[in-house]
Amino acid sequence: MTDQKNRDKHKVDLWLTGTEEPSWLVEGTDEGAQKMALHETERRRADQEGLSVGDDRVLDEEIAPDDELMIVNMGPQHPSTHGVLRVHIELEGEIIRRSKPIIGYLHTGMEKTGEDLTWLQGPTNVTRMDYLAPFHNELVFSLAVEKLLGIDLPPRAEAIRLLMTELNRVSSHLVALATNGMDIGALSMMLYGFRDRERILAFFEKTTGLRMNHNYIRPGGVAADLPPGWQEDIEFILDKIPPRMYEYEDLLKANPIWLGRTRDVGVITLEECLALSVTGPTLRAAGSDWDLRKVFPYSGIENFQFEVPVGEHGDVYDRYRIRVEEIWQSLSLVRQIAESMPDGDYKTDDRKVAPPPRARIDESMEALIHHFKIYTEGFQVPEGEAYVAIESPRGELGAYVVSDGGAKPLRMHMRTPSFANLQALPVMMADSLIADTVATIASLDPVLGDVDR
Amino acid sequence: MDFWDVLFVAARVVLAFVIPLVAVIFLVWGERKINADMTNRIGPNRAGPWGILQTVADGLKLFFKEQVTPRKVEFLLYAAAPILALIPAFMTFLVIPWGEGFTWEIGGKVREFAFVGADLNIGVLFFLAMSSVAVYAIVLAGWSSGSKYPLLGGIRGTAQAISYEAAMGLAIVAVILFASTTSTDGGTLSFVELVERQRGTWDEVVSLPGGLSWFENVLGLIPRWNILPQFIAFVIFMIAAVAETNRAPFDLVEAEQELVGGFHTEYSGFRFAMFFLAEYTNMFNMSAIAVVLFFGGWDGPTFDQWLPGIIVTFLPLFWFLLKTAAVLFVYIWIRATWPRLRYDQLMNLGWKRLIPAALVWLIASTVVVSVRQFGWPWA
Repeated sequence: MTDQKNRDKHKVDLWLTGTEEPSWLVEGTDEGAQKMALHETERRRADQEGLSVGDDRVLDEEIAPDDELMIVNMGPQHPSTHGVLRVHIELEGEIIRRSKPIIGYLHTGMEKTGEDLTWLQGPTNVTRMDYLAPFHNELVFSLAVEKLLGIDLPPRAEAIRLLMTELNRVSSHLVALATNGMDIGALSMMLYGFRDRERILAFFEKTTGLRMNHNYIRPGGVAADLPPGWQEDIEFILDKIPPRMYEYEDLLKANPIWLGRTRDVGVITLEECLALSVTGPTLRAAGSDWDLRKVFPYSGIENFQFEVPVGEHGDVYDRYRIRVEEIWQSLSLVRQIAESMPDGDYKTDDRKVAPPPRARIDESMEALIHHFKIYTEGFQVPEGEAYVAIESPRGELGAYVVSDGGAKPLRMHMRTPSFANLQALPVMMADSLIADTVATIASLDPVLGDVDR
Repeated sequence: MDFWDVLFVAARVVLAFVIPLVAVIFLVWGERKINADMTNRIGPNRAGPWGILQTVADGLKLFFKEQVTPRKVEFLLYAAAPILALIPAFMTFLVIPWGEGFTWEIGGKVREFAFVGADLNIGVLFFLAMSSVAVYAIVLAGWSSGSKYPLLGGIRGTAQAISYEAAMGLAIVAVILFASTTSTDGGTLSFVELVERQRGTWDEVVSLPGGLSWFENVLGLIPRWNILPQFIAFVIFMIAAVAETNRAPFDLVEAEQELVGGFHTEYSGFRFAMFFLAEYTNMFNMSAIAVVLFFGGWDGPTFDQWLPGIIVTFLPLFWFLLKTAAVLFVYIWIRATWPRLRYDQLMNLGWKRLIPAALVWLIASTVVVSVRQFGWPWA
């Protein structure tokens, strides 16, 4: 249903950073148009009362007269809105004319909570945001804190971090494939995806003690060394997942129904992606090779060989292909990292930041004091602010921390990819069928914990 | 017509009701088990051995559950819809023969007990009519629920049923046309008669020129089922049958990822159970009709020299159920493998592919049948 003519009619007014601001932007931003009561129109009132769906898109009255529209609230209790996303859609028959994602049903104030936790407790908090890629949250927070601290990590700590985050990328993309399959009706794919993710989670559990929300990557290194026999576990994962991936290709890529359901569905152009600050697989599917691992390498990822897959159509199918290719690239990265894993310490030897080894506490008064201070008061971070961004499975994941020199952040903010990507949903869904809604949402792979925080 | 005749008819009707009911119990269990196997799960294994009583337990649970009735429903239609779904489902099986039957001398004369609910001479038309009536249940349920997702499901159901009924009808016409040439009695619309005409082997109907007579021995081993000459009709029929029963990949009517529960979103308790039962009974009926039309119905090896009489009598029922189970397995297999089509793709497939294909096949069958009956026009 995304024929070019309809798309042109419903073209979004775009403003690219750096160009002259159009008038509607100046008048229409939150700062510019606060006077809702004064400028209230019929349409606006209807928006507020939930009788119509309002967004910034211009609606052609010819296409959809008001009396032929039906409003459907998809979610927050809907089987395929990936948690508690609510999408307010205006339907003409089965065709979506306008839509508006509504968020906030999972808001738990994690950024505010972060201001009450010490820097060392921080990862426990942020790991719960994007619960499908917890290592990335921990890593980006730790990197931001370390930037303020100005400490260097031993090479093994960095390699372990990369190993865990790349494995996590595989497990997260497997869930994306699984849910994408399920939302289009391929129920088996859902269970297959979760089955393979389980192998990776088993390794996470062995290493960190938990399947999710690990609190493993911390400022100053990682919480523990890799468990004995980790090489065999990695080998097992690398042996088991690739053959399965070929099977999934047979199941989905070779299936005409799958192609029909994903090709030219939920299209977003590169220009629209840039205007709406869409990142991650969605951006790359639209034709950009923007990957923070290449652009702003972190934790020594520049030492390893990998490629950034790029799509061209920006549809659901391309996003699915990008994820599949990224699984292959991440598996190859995992192999490279595991083969070149350096020896040494897994956390920094700066005793003001990382606790001393347990054995030292019995011998040294200093060690005991450091241990006690770190776990009660926490370590102090020099005054300043830092922003670090990494490539999470969903896109640019950034952590912005401000320190006043104390043991707790003055302000902690996460730039989460799901949140930014979700605002592209109305653009992708306009003039598509209701069945494409679920395919489009699934292809964005939003994690609502990541959106609402 | 005496007491025994009435009793025989009553017994046949009860059997025609009980067979699909019991089959559905095993079908639901089998579907869950097979699906579980295909997706690396265990499936039901608590109620009874291998979880075989799971369906019974689920049915009992639904029976005792509260029936939640939303405030906005049109109650009369809302309550009638599940019944309207169930009745045609069980009526359809009445005309399907499940065995040859037997004769029994009782009450002073020899009586025949045919293994069919009712041998209607318009059985095929009756079946098509019943499958059309079943659509009303979906439409009315969707509309009377007073809710948006069921409404969308109901609208989808109407369009889908109309589109695929046509293709299915055309495929069946081709089969009936073909069947009219295999007997001297001319055409028939009775399922009993259609099965009767598929008994035996191919060498009885095909006469080959002298040089190829060795091939008749091979034909003598192949049962005279319609599947061989009417394979394309079978493919069209199966696709349409899956769509007609609203099963994956054509389950748009209740696409849970899009429409929550589709037309039965607002139904709970026993009313929901009725829809569920109707859907699976329809599946069983469609498979049974596929078997009757294309796989010789209850036809199979009889072993009448080696087995005792009672087993020989009921062996056709076993063959019939075995073949039906094989077709049902395909249903379940498809569900576990394929994603769902989109609404417009479903319509395209129905109107642009299936109906033209069925028409072309019907014309081809007509030509072949005419040539067989009347000879070449220039000869």
